[in-house]
Amino acid sequence: MEHHSHLHGVMGEFETPEQLLAAARKAREAGYKHVDAYTPFPIEGLAHAIGFRWTAVPLITLIGGIGGGLTGFGLQYWCSAITYPLNIAGRPLNSWPAFIPVTFELTVLGASIFAVVGMLALNKLPQPYHPIFNVERFASASTDRFFLVIEARDPKFDLAESSRFLQEASARHVSEVKDEE
Amino acid sequence: MSVTQPPLNSPDIRRLDPVLEPGHTYASVTDKIAAVVLTRPLGIGWLAGFTLTFTIVMVLFISIAWLVIKGVGIWGINIPIGWGFAIVNFVWWIGIGHAGTLISAILFLLNQKWRTSINRFAEAMTLFAVACAGLFPLIHTGRPWMAYYMFPYPSTMGIWPQFRSPLIWDVFAVSTYGTVSLLFWFVGLLPDLATLRDRAKSRYQQVIYGILSMGWRNSARHWHRYQSAYLLLAGLATPLVLSVHTVVSFDFAVAIVPGWHTTIFPPYFVAGAIYSGFAMVLTLAIPLRKAYGLEDFITMRHLDNMAKVMLATGLIVAYGYFIEFFMAFYSGNKFDVFLAEQRLHGPYSHFYYALILCNILTPQLLWFEKVRRNVLALFLMSLVINTGMWLERFVIVVISLTRDFMPSAWGRYSPTFWDYSTFIGTLGLFVMLIFLFVRGLPAIAIAEMRELVHESHEKGQK
Amino acid sequence: MNDQPNENKLRILPVSQAGDAAQGHDHHEHDDHEEAQVEREHRLDLAAVREKLREKSGKQYWRTLEELADDPHFEDLLHREFPRHASEWDDAVDRRDFLKLMGASLALAGMAGCGRPDIDHIVPYVKQPDGLILGRPNFYATAMPFGAATVGVLVESHEGRPTKIEGNPDHPSSLGATSALVQASILNLYDPDRSQTVQQAGEIRSWSAFLDAAHDLATNVKATNGAGFGILSGATTSPTLTAQIQNLLKLYPEAKWYQWEPAAGDGAREGAMLAFGRNVNTVYEVSKANVIVSLDSDFLASGPGHIAYAKQFSRRRRLNGPSDTMNRLYVVEPTPSVTGSSADHRLPLRSSDVELFARALAGKLGIGSGATLSGEAANWVDIVAKDLQNERGASLVVAGEYQPAAVHALAHAINAALGNVGKTLYYTEPIAGDAGNLDAIRNLCVEMDHGKVDLLLILGGNPVYNAPHDFDFVNKLKRVSTAIHLSPYFDETSAYCQWHVAESHFLETWSDARAHDGTASIVQPLISPLYYTRSAHDLIAAFSDKPGMPAYDAVRAYWTDASSHLPSSIDVGWRKWLNDGVIPGTKAAPINAELKFNASSLPAVQSAPADQIEFIFRPDPNVYDGRFANNGWLQELPRPVTKLTWDNAALISPKLAQQRDFAHKVQSRGGEHGQVRVPLVDIELNQSKVTAAVWTLPGQAENTVVLPLGYGRMRAGYTGTDKGFNAYVVRTSNALWAATGGKMTATGDSYPLACTQYHFNMEGRQILSNATLSEYQKNPNFAHEHDETPPKEDSLYKAFAYPGYAWGMAIDLTKCNGCNACVVACQSENNIPVVGKDQVMRGREMHWIRIDRYYTHTESATSGKTTGDPSEYNPTLDNPPTFFQPVPCQQCENAPCEQVCPVGATVHSAEGLNDMVYNRCIGTRYCSNNCPYKVRRFNFLRFQDWDTPQLKLMRNPEVTVRSRGVMEKCTYCVQRINNVRIDAEKQNRTIRDGEIVTACESACPSEAIVFGNANDPNSQVAKLKAQQRNYSILGELNSRPRTTYLAAVRNPNPELEKA
Repeated sequence: MEHHSHLHGVMGEFETPEQLLAAARKAREAGYKHVDAYTPFPIEGLAHAIGFRWTAVPLITLIGGIGGGLTGFGLQYWCSAITYPLNIAGRPLNSWPAFIPVTFELTVLGASIFAVVGMLALNKLPQPYHPIFNVERFASASTDRFFLVIEARDPKFDLAESSRFLQEASARHVSEVKDEE
Repeated sequence: MSVTQPPLNSPDIRRLDPVLEPGHTYASVTDKIAAVVLTRPLGIGWLAGFTLTFTIVMVLFISIAWLVIKGVGIWGINIPIGWGFAIVNFVWWIGIGHAGTLISAILFLLNQKWRTSINRFAEAMTLFAVACAGLFPLIHTGRPWMAYYMFPYPSTMGIWPQFRSPLIWDVFAVSTYGTVSLLFWFVGLLPDLATLRDRAKSRYQQVIYGILSMGWRNSARHWHRYQSAYLLLAGLATPLVLSVHTVVSFDFAVAIVPGWHTTIFPPYFVAGAIYSGFAMVLTLAIPLRKAYGLEDFITMRHLDNMAKVMLATGLIVAYGYFIEFFMAFYSGNKFDVFLAEQRLHGPYSHFYYALILCNILTPQLLWFEKVRRNVLALFLMSLVINTGMWLERFVIVVISLTRDFMPSAWGRYSPTFWDYSTFIGTLGLFVMLIFLFVRGLPAIAIAEMRELVHESHEKGQK
Repeated sequence: MNDQPNENKLRILPVSQAGDAAQGHDHHEHDDHEEAQVEREHRLDLAAVREKLREKSGKQYWRTLEELADDPHFEDLLHREFPRHASEWDDAVDRRDFLKLMGASLALAGMAGCGRPDIDHIVPYVKQPDGLILGRPNFYATAMPFGAATVGVLVESHEGRPTKIEGNPDHPSSLGATSALVQASILNLYDPDRSQTVQQAGEIRSWSAFLDAAHDLATNVKATNGAGFGILSGATTSPTLTAQIQNLLKLYPEAKWYQWEPAAGDGAREGAMLAFGRNVNTVYEVSKANVIVSLDSDFLASGPGHIAYAKQFSRRRRLNGPSDTMNRLYVVEPTPSVTGSSADHRLPLRSSDVELFARALAGKLGIGSGATLSGEAANWVDIVAKDLQNERGASLVVAGEYQPAAVHALAHAINAALGNVGKTLYYTEPIAGDAGNLDAIRNLCVEMDHGKVDLLLILGGNPVYNAPHDFDFVNKLKRVSTAIHLSPYFDETSAYCQWHVAESHFLETWSDARAHDGTASIVQPLISPLYYTRSAHDLIAAFSDKPGMPAYDAVRAYWTDASSHLPSSIDVGWRKWLNDGVIPGTKAAPINAELKFNASSLPAVQSAPADQIEFIFRPDPNVYDGRFANNGWLQELPRPVTKLTWDNAALISPKLAQQRDFAHKVQSRGGEHGQVRVPLVDIELNQSKVTAAVWTLPGQAENTVVLPLGYGRMRAGYTGTDKGFNAYVVRTSNALWAATGGKMTATGDSYPLACTQYHFNMEGRQILSNATLSEYQKNPNFAHEHDETPPKEDSLYKAFAYPGYAWGMAIDLTKCNGCNACVVACQSENNIPVVGKDQVMRGREMHWIRIDRYYTHTESATSGKTTGDPSEYNPTLDNPPTFFQPVPCQQCENAPCEQVCPVGATVHSAEGLNDMVYNRCIGTRYCSNNCPYKVRRFNFLRFQDWDTPQLKLMRNPEVTVRSRGVMEKCTYCVQRINNVRIDAEKQNRTIRDGEIVTACESACPSEAIVFGNANDPNSQVAKLKAQQRNYSILGELNSRPRTTYLAAVRNPNPELEKA
């Protein structure tokens, strides 16, 4: 193997979500901090099991929504009542009931865009390269295999030790994840 | 005849048809769906269909070109009927879009598992329908090249859009709807794009799906944020989809034209939208499952449920028609009364009776389980309902305008060749996009199907 | 002047009251110039022409040679005019049309020079003419000669381009108002299809060449002392022309002068002969009459002085409150006319039965042996007679132009018996001369037939088209060795004449004319001729002892003599005459014509069998006898009562339609607002046949069929050719106005007619409120009986305040008689395009003000309802009360259109105008959908003609020329408001009431439209709006229109009401 490539971590491959879940819990108990799991579909409790609790996506969405709404009404009020007031059909300059639909739409628009962009950003996507893809078998992570990775940066990480740990956790195959940089 | 059925999420659910035929594994669903995109060769059917629809799209382009050269006068519109096919088609297409969002968002919130296998192409349908719809408000203006006046931008004259106009509400509603639907669709696609990336054999497939999937790697952390965002989007899309057709109905309800100026419009436009939307989903789903052998994923259960939704929304629409008449006579407003009579006896009464036949009478057959489970019958009925809903918009938009306040200014409307060619053109565009979609992207949400497999296994173990 | 070349080169010389001898002289200069020019042109060879054409400076040259080749395709190109652009758009253009369009632009390029050379050197004024401020129009007084009728007008001129015609308040036949025809006449000036040169057998000739030829011809006829020399003219009131012709007849004692007006009856003259033994001219004082009986006379809308009469009539119907009184009008007529439709009582009678009615009426008043009438008429006579008796000296009986001599004689007798003469009418010497009419043309034909006519001057007119059919004028004309036709168009007659001289428009030439009361006016040109055209004066002069004498000199010469017995001599008076538009002291003095008429001596007549169909001929209300056939404005102007455009149709009664089972079929393209398919019938009459479309007209006498004249032109120009059917074909000398013994048989085919208002009843809506005078007196508030307008304070919103001016309009429906003057005035003022029949049939006409016509009390006895479809018979359609309602933009304060415009293209001004911002409009048409009054008009296609240079000259520079894709509508003539505002602000004062006059208001002969500042309690409009009769259409919508209406009040005779 190339000398300049260093280790990203070890990866255990599991048959079923249940095994993975169990393994993840064990890893936490064993004191591993930097663990990540890869599954073809979301598995209840897995994130919790690898110690990932809180996500900022809802908050970001809320901010987006409020921002959109304020922009919406502010824009209409400013246009109709302040910068270019016109007598339209004898209606008041600030016909606020007529401004509701646009305000609402912009609220939704703001919230949605923030939600998606926020989610991608927090997931650090788009991400052109990640060492995990260097493992051939990992392709099946998007079909029917479940992976647990103990990362090298974990203080408690030790190649032999961690590999054994994974095998004991009934991983049917364990492989090193190399980071070629 | 149709036995009282337990709610779909009750434990003894298996008495109903399964939402996924048994015996499927994570791999099998993934293979089957991905294969359609990755490995399956281009069928002669697909090629023929695509060529045909592509030709029709060319007709659309020609129609629009001629329109821009000559002006909207090439259509049948006149004074007093200032709006004709263009607006009818706009409302119709927007309505069709609604089912997609409804399935993917509302049924998701209601935790309806059966949505899984149809939501993907339902959403695609939404996007394409909105694309077709959005075309009309643009080209129906007298000076389409000036349409940007409708957007708030700092113009040299310092003048801004007139926000009291429902048309401006439309601009915001439809563009928001389009954007959010696209985001929702893309978020849903992300894991599947990753799947395709991982399974892609040819280089260019790997590159394309690789770029599109943005490096998604199925990490638990990704999934966690993903689910949270998806849930939020569903929550946002739900009021949005209801608002969009409400706003569209405002185009009429806010105006003072007899036959337009009614408070019943928002709810019954939304119901009508879902009605026609589900009809369109059936129109697409039935041939699709046949062509690509997806009967296992789009089961009778789905068709049955969609039929029931159509029946329900159909009844709401019928109620809307009734209330329109009732209010006309109850209010005693002479203009509304007159218009109501015109609908029954006026020069366009045959359209109205056709509408009643298509939208109210025919769907009553759906009370019968036999009909709901007869694929051909459902397919035909979906076509009938689509026609009916188009007629409804014609009745509302055109007939109301032919008989408004000043008898001296009454008129009539008859479409020209260009009205038809433009409408048919958008039909072509819609179907062509569907053709491209089924070959380019997974028509069924793979990741969600895997989830479904997982759950049915769990149930199996119980 | 001549030492200023720029003055010469500027094609648009404003010929103002400064048009003195020098001006006339200047004309000379031009003549020589042209002649030289044309000569040169003539030597060009075809190749050179093509070359020129490619250089796009070909113009005149190219036209010349093409015409020489007489290429039919070229004819087609030549006949292009604006409606075709519009009418052909949305049919996919086939190759042929495409070629035509290409060709058209070339043809127009060819015409672009307006017939004059070196236009490319045009330069601005160096020395600005007196009284001309660039950008500000000047108004010049002149007069429009029109057969025996003359209307004095003020013409608006922008830098020398006449753009708009207004009435001349000082002129007795105008009193400041105009008619649709007068308004539209300016379009004829700029008509690109006008004939532009002198032609001999289709070849261009110069005027001097013609003068030479004329000289030879003159010497020939001189030899025979004028034998074989004939002059055929229409009726003329020009003293100068008459004098010139008389002078000519002195030079050629054997020469003869014939006059033929196809649409003028002989009844009046013969009636006068019968009654007084001499021809007289009758002048009515309508304003002095309390009771008026019209025996088939449309005196409010046609004939000499009709504008003045309409004004006087409406002044007697001005109501300030329930205490006011009105005059009363009875009309007996075969077919609904403008006058009949606004009458208090209308009796449909067959034309031939009108005489019976007249006899009976006379009988009741002790004149003659009377006559027995049947049915309603019998009852009528008694009551009408009584009413007349009660108003001795304040009543008036008017006989119709198309009624026979007896009716006129009886009318004279009745008026005499009632002591009306000298009070409500008086007699003068004839105005238009009495050279005969039918007899004249008959004699001419006989002479021609016998080959006795070698030289025939046809001054205007179009006898080949409109002479009585049995005279077979064409073939007789062929026997004339030299016929010279002076005509504005190269028409049917020109085609059979050796010489054709293009005639100048009245705005291009000097002349003079007399009003209906004899008052003379100088006709002064507003612009030097656009083409190589000449006037009748020039043509007559050419054969006189002063060939080449310009019209100006002729007019000066005549008035130099005539002014000897005028208050002021010509040298003193001339400028004032031109300035005022009338010559003081020329009003014809009343003569006392002593009645030598014994009614009993009239030969007995008995009514024709009731079931016998009577065909009557009437000039079309718009194209008249056919002379306006190429006028797009008039073609597209809905006929006052039928609301038909672009065609004439045989008008039949609903009963007849029912018997013959003639149904109308409303087409869904356009529908009630545009297109109706009607059956085609063959009309066999007087041994000839014509195929016509039939139109069911409520109020028509049961067995009367009206055949409107003026259509079916063969060579009218692009707009007028091949429109409608030619009624002259079945019109013969023995039955000029009414014919029986004809057959009308359905062909089985149908034909689409463009009708702008088909549905005639109001469906019980608050649209046109009306009542009788007695009802009004009982309940002055009747207009608000069913008015559901919510009180202002009910609004959720605080109403916008309109301090300063608040422009508003009040339209008095009691006065409006639906004459259409306002519609054309608006079209002329606001550059409103003509869209063509096809587009009208799609409901896309562009008139900013329309006149709605409603029939009231038309609920059928049986169903209590009507479909509003005239072809679905119900008895109330036999003679329904008819009302007219002009509908411009209502300028709502809560404008429904504004609220729905997404881009703010229609917004409210601080003075309450509903402004339309064309530049901002993107054409969603939402505003039109939401306009309850449907007054908005949309440019569905590029309706406006942007290519024809002549039409560019015509446009009002103060009004935007709208392009495709934008909405437009009435602006209350905002350009006029602002002009006045600028003046007022310069003088640091507020705008005075009546200072702003909208185009429709100024044109209206009935003074039905009043515009002004509603905030000023003393303004006329505010006073009208304060009346109880004042209401707004569809008030319940709370749109708060600034245009309000004064409910129509009619003054029926209670006794007749009961009956």
